[in-house]
Amino acid sequence: MQNRLINWFKFSSPTTFYPLAGRMAPIFWVVAIVLIGIALYMSFFVAPVDYKQGDGYRIIFIHVPASWMSMFLYLVMAAWSAIGLAFNTRLSFMMSQALAPTGAMFAFVSLWTGAFWGKPMWGTWWVWDARITSELILLFLYLGYMALVGAIDDRRRADRAGAILLLVGVVNIPIIYFSVKWWNTLHQGATVKMNGQTSMDETMLWTMLVMALGFWAYSIAAAMVRVRSIMLEREHDAQWVRDMIGNKT
Amino acid sequence: MSFWDKLDMGKYALYVWGSFGVTALCMIVEPILLRSNARRIRRRIARLNRLEQ
Repeated sequence: MQNRLINWFKFSSPTTFYPLAGRMAPIFWVVAIVLIGIALYMSFFVAPVDYKQGDGYRIIFIHVPASWMSMFLYLVMAAWSAIGLAFNTRLSFMMSQALAPTGAMFAFVSLWTGAFWGKPMWGTWWVWDARITSELILLFLYLGYMALVGAIDDRRRADRAGAILLLVGVVNIPIIYFSVKWWNTLHQGATVKMNGQTSMDETMLWTMLVMALGFWAYSIAAAMVRVRSIMLEREHDAQWVRDMIGNKT
Repeated sequence: MSFWDKLDMGKYALYVWGSFGVTALCMIVEPILLRSNARRIRRRIARLNRLEQ
């Protein structure tokens, strides 16, 4: 236990985390490419045609995992920010910042693919339905967080302001998740349920899960690459950065 | 049934390929931007190092 604690604190310093992130990124890129490749193959060649929606339903193989990731990454960012506020660790805030653009990208993908599914199935690209609107608010929270952190020059104040915005915004996540239960609007109920009564063909479910794991690996890889850039940018005056980069381009 | 027949989404082609296409674009462009951003920052720090020598 003692050892484990020491190790965790060791990696909370940018000097030791920088090379670790550099070693992790390529591994997760490879995992992401393999898993997404398998999921794409399953999406088009293994999963059967839906009896009602034809081939149009295949959009859910990216729509659902992207929606999950957009909510999950937000929670991870909020957790890093909470840790940062509690322990005043620089790296925690950097992790929040590193995840934001990827989370925003998945929120956008979720809305975009939802619109492309809604048009043929519901007859409309967009409705102000509870779930769609709350997902749009999630995208705005991501963009608002990035704009806020970018607008404040003092890094410590930017970190704190961003963290508070993230923590207040967490209230939106259960709203998105339960929106289809609480309000009876257009978006359908959850297909994959926590209690195991999933109303879906098994190959379709597996395709979605493999895609979600692929997106998860992609997010880790992207965050690792981005956090390294953030570290260099923030600590460009530090001796370890200067020594590591040297003077060659 | 050939490979290409399988990929013909019938009347849903626009919607399926519009979704998968834009998602693929996002997930290809983001890593490229990450890479160019990382290079830009390293170049800038190297320049600062040279200036201070």
